[in-house]
Amino acid sequence: MATMKSAQMNKGFPKEYETVIGLEVHVELATNTKIFCGCSTAFGGKPNSHTCPVCTGMPGTLPVLNKKVLEHAVAVGLATNCTITRYCKFDRKNYFYPDNPQNYQISQLYLPICRDGYVEIESGEGKKRIGIHEIHMEEDAGKLIHDEWEDCTLVDYNRSGVPLIEIVSEPDMRSAEEVIAYLDKLRLIIQYLGASDCKLQEGSMRADVNLSVREAGAAQYGTRTEMKNLNSFHAIARAIEGEKNRQIDLLEAGQAVVQETRRWDDLKGTSYAMRSKEDARDYRYFPDPDLVPVSIDDGFLEEIRSRQPEFRTEKMARYKAEYDIPDYDIEIITGSKHMADIFEATVALGGQPKKVSNWLMGETLRLLKEKEMDPEDIRFSPEHLASLIALAESRAVNSTVAKEIFERMFEEDVDPEKYVEERGLKMVSDEDALRKAVEEVIAANPKSVQDYRGGKERALGFLVGQTMKAMKGKADPAGVNRMLKDLL
Amino acid sequence: MREVLPFAGQRSARQVPGKEKRQIMDILSLSAVELGTAIREGAVTAVEAMEAVLGRIEESEEKLHCYITIEKEKALEKAGQVQKKIEAGELAGPLAGVPVAVKDNLCTAGRRTTCASRILENFVPTYTAEAVRNLEQAGAVIIGKTNMDEFAFGSTTETSAYGVTRNPHQPEHVPGGSSGGSAAAVAAGECFFALGSDTGGSVRQPASHCGVVGMKPTYGTVSRYGLVAYGSSLDQIGPLGRTVEDCAAILETIAASGGGALGSGPDGEAAAGTRKDSTYLNRKDIDFTSSLKKDVKGMRIGMPRDYFGQGLDGEVAKAVRMAAKLLAENGAVVEEFDLNLVEYAIPAYYTIAAAEASSNLERFDGIKYGYRASGAEELHQMYKKTRSEGFGPEVKRRIMLGSFVLSSGYYDAYYLKALRVKAMIKKAFDQAFAGYDCILGPVAPTTAPRLGESLSDPLKMYLGDIYTISANLAGLPAISVPCGADSRGLPIGLQLIGDCFQEKKILQAAYTYEQLRRAGQEKAVRTGEGR
Repeated sequence: MATMKSAQMNKGFPKEYETVIGLEVHVELATNTKIFCGCSTAFGGKPNSHTCPVCTGMPGTLPVLNKKVLEHAVAVGLATNCTITRYCKFDRKNYFYPDNPQNYQISQLYLPICRDGYVEIESGEGKKRIGIHEIHMEEDAGKLIHDEWEDCTLVDYNRSGVPLIEIVSEPDMRSAEEVIAYLDKLRLIIQYLGASDCKLQEGSMRADVNLSVREAGAAQYGTRTEMKNLNSFHAIARAIEGEKNRQIDLLEAGQAVVQETRRWDDLKGTSYAMRSKEDARDYRYFPDPDLVPVSIDDGFLEEIRSRQPEFRTEKMARYKAEYDIPDYDIEIITGSKHMADIFEATVALGGQPKKVSNWLMGETLRLLKEKEMDPEDIRFSPEHLASLIALAESRAVNSTVAKEIFERMFEEDVDPEKYVEERGLKMVSDEDALRKAVEEVIAANPKSVQDYRGGKERALGFLVGQTMKAMKGKADPAGVNRMLKDLL
Repeated sequence: MREVLPFAGQRSARQVPGKEKRQIMDILSLSAVELGTAIREGAVTAVEAMEAVLGRIEESEEKLHCYITIEKEKALEKAGQVQKKIEAGELAGPLAGVPVAVKDNLCTAGRRTTCASRILENFVPTYTAEAVRNLEQAGAVIIGKTNMDEFAFGSTTETSAYGVTRNPHQPEHVPGGSSGGSAAAVAAGECFFALGSDTGGSVRQPASHCGVVGMKPTYGTVSRYGLVAYGSSLDQIGPLGRTVEDCAAILETIAASGGGALGSGPDGEAAAGTRKDSTYLNRKDIDFTSSLKKDVKGMRIGMPRDYFGQGLDGEVAKAVRMAAKLLAENGAVVEEFDLNLVEYAIPAYYTIAAAEASSNLERFDGIKYGYRASGAEELHQMYKKTRSEGFGPEVKRRIMLGSFVLSSGYYDAYYLKALRVKAMIKKAFDQAFAGYDCILGPVAPTTAPRLGESLSDPLKMYLGDIYTISANLAGLPAISVPCGADSRGLPIGLQLIGDCFQEKKILQAAYTYEQLRRAGQEKAVRTGEGR
């Protein structure tokens, strides 16, 4: 790698560099309708099927703020220790591009909804505060699709007007690890609030990385670049590493870092310049006269505050106190709000915490990994998990059958009771039927019977197996064991 | 004096052979409210009213050019449908069956809406402006879309891409603007009333130049949804009519909240069909016709000395002072006072309006609708060519001006400073309204200029807005009422400005003045005195 080389070249004077990173994180808010009109925010509609005159920028149309967007933004601000701007406004960011039907984006510059917050992360040297400069609300743009065949560009405005918040951090991070920890912290807070599902791959959470390097101990920041197109934690970590090295190389070679926006290509593992500061646009921001200023009163703030959920740290502490499950399980389960919700609901329905946790830590994680899914994508209901645990507990099904049922539940949330019923998978507890089967096995296997009676314990296992086979797996192995011993 | 129809017994012109011409003349002499009454009483049908208007259009439109688009068949068909509803008792409002002209910057579903610009030459909206929808729900029948200055940028209707409109009183003169087509159509009998939009006087000034009544309500009174925006923080839709009563009735109708429920949809989210304009106030006090009382006794009326200084035409000043005198003679307390800051209104206005306009007009880019230039090889070239070819010179001038005052480094010096001036002007009016119920003054410094006189000197044209723009900057209601004519026969308008939400006060004063003036004119006719 380049830095390795330069470090070696400069062995005589090994300079130490510090990386300074700030993040701009865009989060798509989980509302049913868009920020300024009544169109659906649902994914996957036919192009331009979730549009109206407002979100396609027709002449004479006007925006009206979706109250839910404000609620989500304030909730995230409170959870990240921000000051809520009690009188906030929307501004227009003017630039011409076809994905933006009005040719201005409605955003916030002068009076953003939240300011001066922080979150706490675990870093190499213990807890560290990452400052949040501001959080503002804005609208998403449409999507451009270039049709190579027809050689034309098509516009889909389904995403146009989908609500976003942009969380701008202070330049407080010093490594890729801290960046990942910060992002993970934000993700958890926002997911716990139900304000977004925060999926990087699907773009509901996107991060732009502002990075500069400076000699360790320097008072001034170096010249920074902004890196775009980072759609996984992995890509972010790689891009940070790559950009840090690129900048150090430049400095080592006596060249200056150019302030510019760069685009990361994760396949090639390199970035390229998109535009430099010289051709930075003048967005001619000014307050949007179509939207009345938002005044936030104490009542509204109190209402949002009272609705704040239990966050992860508190939840972990409570789990530790309330449930007898390992710390590792607590960490995994609370690492996803959705999983924690399933855990708690299943326990509330009578599932023993340890058993519930086992299902989540074992089969659930295995299947998630196998199917490359997020915990947020779990679809089975707590009711069905509780009912499966009850079935297994009462020995109505054995563990092999239980796992089979779980897999079906994981895929399409089947009702275990019904599933067992329909397929006749219930264990036979009919003593007479079992006795008959055991007697038949004994009669059919005189050699094994003799071996057992002669003291070969292993022969009993064979006879249990034969009985289970005769019962088509629907018998309780312990019961079979007992019956065999009785009859022998 | 106006002739009033003997309604009883007259069902239709066709039933009275040989009197068709007279019938048409009679219908056209009615005000909108009078016509509405005649239709409800069965003396005239909505179709006859429309035929009368279309007949007048046939006679005078070629000369005047009030309209950009007229859809005769559609208008007659709609009039027939409305007439059936009136007869079925489904429509009983004051404007049911009355033909209306709509300024071409108000979107009308299925009807071309051009803003008098080439860039929207073939634009047919899929939605109707709230104000127009309210009128249609009340049974008013759209005749067509009226000419205007391109995107409402101008004071003469000469910047239209579709040709000039002529003043019905003196065809060599402009009708004023930007709602010049609407004002001229009302004055010429090519409609019974019209809608305009007023960003800096665009309803009041052409009303004044054409001798009709025009009104701009308090900002937020009429929903702006569907009005193609010029200066969003200043724009209001307003009525143009023959009488103060017409304007009150029209305003009452267009200010209504319409069919859609206000506020939030399910789970507090904005939903389609609910509130469409965040600046719309949904006022409960819109019973404007209740204020039509002939009484100004004890009403305190202030005349800003600043409005009668240099630049004001002598004949205009005289007519306006005469109007004030008439009100004073009838019990109003009329005083002169210093409003202050008047000289700052024009620079503040042109900074704010141009800034907002430059951003509002960005959506016209050739991508989604409207005109697209051919022959461009890449995106930015296409934008450039489309906008260069699609916009006229006045639009380009204001886009450049607006982009400049918003650009980084100049924003504070121009735009922010203009906003501060706007706030100070509002304060000056607040002080004035602590002492007065209405402010009285001229609408424009001169009567309608000759065609071609104004565009050569845009700065001079901008200065003509001096008496009207303050009401927009301060969000105040204001009305323009005819108060005489100059020696060339060009009408002069009187302006009455009210405090926010005090439309009723200016309507009452305007109504009283209108009645007093009419009585005076009738007396003059009887005694054989000339005007």
